[in-house]
Amino acid sequence: MSAKTLTINGKPISAREDETILEAARDAGIVMPTLCHLDGLTDIGACRLCLVEVTGISKLLPACATRVAEGMEVRTDTEQLRKYRRMTVELLFSERNHVCAGCVANSHCELQDVGIAVGMDHVRYDYLFPKLEVDLTHPQFGMDQNRCILCARCVRVCDEIEGAHTWDIFGRGVKAHVITDLNQPWGESLSCTSCGKCVMACPTGAIFKLGSTVEESVKDRSKLAFLKNARDKKQWVM
Amino acid sequence: MTAPAGPTRPAPAPPAGPPRPSTAAPAAASAAVDKRLKLVEATMRRHGFRGNALIETLHTAQEAYGFLDDDLLRLVARTLKLPLSKVYGVATFYNLFTLKPAGKHACVVCLGTACYIKGSGRLMDTLHKELGLKAGGTTANGHLSLLTARCFGSCAMAPAAVIDGEISGKIVPDALVARLRKLAEDAS
Amino acid sequence: MTPEELDRTQERELADDAKYEHQVHVCVGTACVALGSATVAKNLEAEIKASGRDGKVKVRCVGCPGLCALGPLVEVEAKDKPEDEPATLYQYVKPEDAREIAESIGGAPASRLQADTRQPFFTRQTKIVLENCGRIDPERIEDYIAAGGYRALEKALFEMQPQEVIDEISKSGLRGRGGAGFPTGLKWATVAKSNSPAVTRVPDDILARKFVICNGDEGDPGAFMDRSTMEGDPFRIIEGMVVAGYAVGAGKGYVYVRAEYPLAVKRLRSAIRQAQRSGMLGATIMGSGFNFDIDVRLGAGAFVCGEETSLIASIEGGRGTPRPRPPFPAESGLWGCPTLINNVETLANIAPIISRGAAWFAGIGTEKSKGTKVFALTGQVNNTGLIEVPMGISLREIVFDIGGGLPEGRNFKAVQTGGPSGGCIPAQYLDMKVDYESLAQVGSIMGSGGMIVMDDQTDMVEIARFFMEFCMEESCGKCVPCRVGTAQMHGLLTRISEGKATQAHLDTLTELCDMVRRTSLCGLGQSAPNPVLSTLRYFKSEYEDKLVKDGQNER
Repeated sequence: MSAKTLTINGKPISAREDETILEAARDAGIVMPTLCHLDGLTDIGACRLCLVEVTGISKLLPACATRVAEGMEVRTDTEQLRKYRRMTVELLFSERNHVCAGCVANSHCELQDVGIAVGMDHVRYDYLFPKLEVDLTHPQFGMDQNRCILCARCVRVCDEIEGAHTWDIFGRGVKAHVITDLNQPWGESLSCTSCGKCVMACPTGAIFKLGSTVEESVKDRSKLAFLKNARDKKQWVM
Repeated sequence: MTAPAGPTRPAPAPPAGPPRPSTAAPAAASAAVDKRLKLVEATMRRHGFRGNALIETLHTAQEAYGFLDDDLLRLVARTLKLPLSKVYGVATFYNLFTLKPAGKHACVVCLGTACYIKGSGRLMDTLHKELGLKAGGTTANGHLSLLTARCFGSCAMAPAAVIDGEISGKIVPDALVARLRKLAEDAS
Repeated sequence: MTPEELDRTQERELADDAKYEHQVHVCVGTACVALGSATVAKNLEAEIKASGRDGKVKVRCVGCPGLCALGPLVEVEAKDKPEDEPATLYQYVKPEDAREIAESIGGAPASRLQADTRQPFFTRQTKIVLENCGRIDPERIEDYIAAGGYRALEKALFEMQPQEVIDEISKSGLRGRGGAGFPTGLKWATVAKSNSPAVTRVPDDILARKFVICNGDEGDPGAFMDRSTMEGDPFRIIEGMVVAGYAVGAGKGYVYVRAEYPLAVKRLRSAIRQAQRSGMLGATIMGSGFNFDIDVRLGAGAFVCGEETSLIASIEGGRGTPRPRPPFPAESGLWGCPTLINNVETLANIAPIISRGAAWFAGIGTEKSKGTKVFALTGQVNNTGLIEVPMGISLREIVFDIGGGLPEGRNFKAVQTGGPSGGCIPAQYLDMKVDYESLAQVGSIMGSGGMIVMDDQTDMVEIARFFMEFCMEESCGKCVPCRVGTAQMHGLLTRISEGKATQAHLDTLTELCDMVRRTSLCGLGQSAPNPVLSTLRYFKSEYEDKLVKDGQNER
C-alpha cells in the first residue's frame, strides 16, 4: 500500500492510498463538519457538509467518499464552502420539526453541534412543518420522525454491522422517511434484534432509549467502528 | 379486485368499501388467484430467485394484481430472500408501484411539459370541478381512479391521457369529462 | 449467421422486395397506433388481397416517419419512382380510408388525404439515427438486414481490432446524446482500459465482468426520440451495443427501458430474440468467437433513474439513488464492474460510423459537435414530431421552416431545450447555431433532445415553477440540497407566482439556486435550478412584476 502526498489548506499531508480526504484531513488535525458519515459505516456522501474544493476539478467533492490522489490540492474551509454548509444546515432545520427544548438529545446532538459549528443563528427558509409520527411501540426504544435528518445511519448500521436490515427508507424526496420491516410499528418488527445499534448510530434524538434522561442519552458511537474492525479485520481496538 | 393470498397465511379481509360484485364461482376464483401467483413465481424463477429480480417481480405482481399489498410483498421478500424493509423501500420508491387498490377504471392524465403547455393542467382543474377528483383519487363507488404521469412520449398528440390502458390524444376537456363520468357511473 | 449467410439473407430479401411494384408503409409507433394505425394496416392488407394485388403491392408496418402531428401516416412508394422525388404521403388516415388509398395505388394519388412532402420538414432533415424508421418493419430482422443491417458488426468483428473500433468512434467526434455530451470514444477507451476487480457483486449466474448498458430511461417530459428509435429500429441499437461490447471487452449488455414505453419494450424483446436465433447475439456471434448477450430491464417510474449511477442501482434491484462519482461507472459500475453506459441515440450512431467511417460522420455538424441530433419538436408549433438535423442548424430554421412556425394567432416567445434540466431561449437567439457549446452559452443545454416551443401567452414564472415541481417530486431524497432545496425553491416560486413574495424572497431563491446547483449529489439536483436561472436571465421582468413592492403589505 503506497503513500500519497497531497496538500490540504496549503498544508502538506501524507496519506495511505486507500484513505479518503476526510480521513487524511482528520489525521492531520483538520476538521470539517459531517453528519451522514460515521466511522465504521460505508460513506454515502449524502449530507454534503464535507464538500471540498479540489484544484482542477470543477465540481465540489465529498471528502468522506473521495479517495486521496497524488498531488491533490484540497481546500476545506473557503468562504463559499462555509456559506454552503450554513445553508445546508438551515435547510435541514427547515425540513422537519427540530425542537431542541423538548428533546432527549439536547446538548449532545450532532445536528446541534453542526449548527453551532457553521454559525447558524437563524433559518432563512420557510419551515415546512410536516406532520410526522412518533413510534413508541418498541419495548426499549423510541423513534421520533420529527427529529430525523434522513442521514440513513440507522439503515446502514442495521444492514452492515448487525445484519438484520430492519430499517430502510419509504418513498422519495422530501416525503421520504425511515421505516421498519413492512412499514410496521417498530414493536411489531420481526427482524429487529433490539441490539440498540441504531440508537447508537443516530446523530440526533430521533432514535432514543425509552425512559432515559437527557444526561443518560450520551451515545457511544465509537462502539460501531470497534465492531467493524473486530468483524472485518479481527482487531479489537478500544 | 380480491386481495391475493400468500401460500401459508390466511387471506386478509378485503379492504373496506362498496361491495364488489363477485364475478366467478369460488373454485374458479381461487384458480384465478393461483394464476396470478403463478405469474409472479414464474418471473422470480426466470431470474433464478435472485435479489436483483425484485423490480421485475414487482412489475409482474403489479400488473397481475393491480396493486401490491403486504402479503404479496411478504411473499416476494421471502422467496427472493430479501429484507422486508428493503422490498418495501423499493416498492415505494417507484411511481409505477401502488400499494392501494385502484378503481375499476383508471384515467392517467399526462402532465409532461408538452401536454402541460397544451392545457393538461387546466384539464385536471376541470376534472376536479366536474367530477370531484384530484390526482391519485378514486370515486366513492370505486369505479374510477384519476392519476397523473409525466410523459408517455406521445407529445405530438398533446394533451394525452391513458384510459384503461389505451392512449388517447388531442384531448378535448368536455369530451373527456363526459367519457369519465360514464365510466364512473358504469355499474357493469 | 456467418458473413456469407448475411450476404445471402440480404440478397434474398432484396430480391423478394424487388418483386413488388409498390410499397405501402404504415406507421405503427405508439402515437399512430393510438389513433388506429394498426387497423389501417390490417384494412389495407385486406383491400389489396381482395383486389388480387398482394403479389405486387407490399404493405409494411414501420416505425415513426416523424411528422406525428399528421398521424396516422401512410406512405406509398412506387418501385420505379425517381430517386429525388418524394413518395406519396397520406395524413390523418382513418381505418375506413383504406379502400380509397388501396384503389389509388398505381394511379393518381388520393389527393384528399395527401400531405405536402416538399415542405422543409421533409426536405431539410438529415437522417442517420432515424434513417430506417419509417422504412423497415421493426419486428423483422430480415428487413433490417435488407437495409444493410449488421454490416458494421461484421466489419468490426472480422476486420477490426477492438482498439481500432474505439479509435474510429473517437475520430468521429461522437458525443453522448443523453444530454451531457461527453466524448463517446473517450468513455469507451476508459472502460476498455479498466480492469475488473477481483471481488465483485456479480450474481453467480452471470459470467461477464464488464458490462454495456443502454440508457432507455428517457424521462424528460416532452422527449420521445429514444422511444421512437427503440420502437422503429431496435436492431440498430442492439447492433451498436454488440459493437460496443466488442470494443470495450464486455460480455453482457442491458437495455434499461422505462416501463411507460410498453411498445418499445415489446419490440426490443422481440428484436433480441430474433437476433439470438440468428446468431447475432449469444455465443460466438457471426461465428467470430465473440460472446455477448443482452437482457431488457424495466424502469418503474423514476426520472432520477436516467442518471447513470441511479440506473445501475435500479438494475441491481434496489432504490434508484445515485452514488458519489468518482468512482465513475467506467471504472466501477454495475455490481462493482467497469460499465459502459450510453444513451439510445448514441448507440444508434455506432453502426453508421463503423460502416461509413469516422471521416464521413465528422464531416457533418460543427467543429466541436459532430453528426446530427434528433429533436422532439412539440408545444406551440405546427409540425409537432420527430426531426433529425445536422448540428449547427439554426433555431429559426428548426422552428419556422421545418417546424412550420407557430399556429395561427400565436407569437413566438421562447423555445425550451433540455427538459427540466435545461433553459428557455428567447427570440433574440433564434439565429444561433444549435450545438453543445452554443446552447450552454445561452444558459441552456442540449439535453436529450426535447424542444418545446412556447408562445407569448406562456407565463415564464409558472414554467419555472412547473419544472421545479417536477424535480421536487422526482428527487430521490438522498442528499439535503436537492431533497429540501427543491421543495424550498418550489415554495418560493409558488409565492412569487401567487404575488406573495418580496425582493428578499427573490434574492433567497437566486442564492439557493446557486447552492443547489453546486452542492447536489447528482445531475437532477445540479440542474434543477436551470429553468429558474434561465428564465431569470431573460424574463426577469416577469418575476419582478409579480413581487410585492416595498411599502405594501409584505406577509
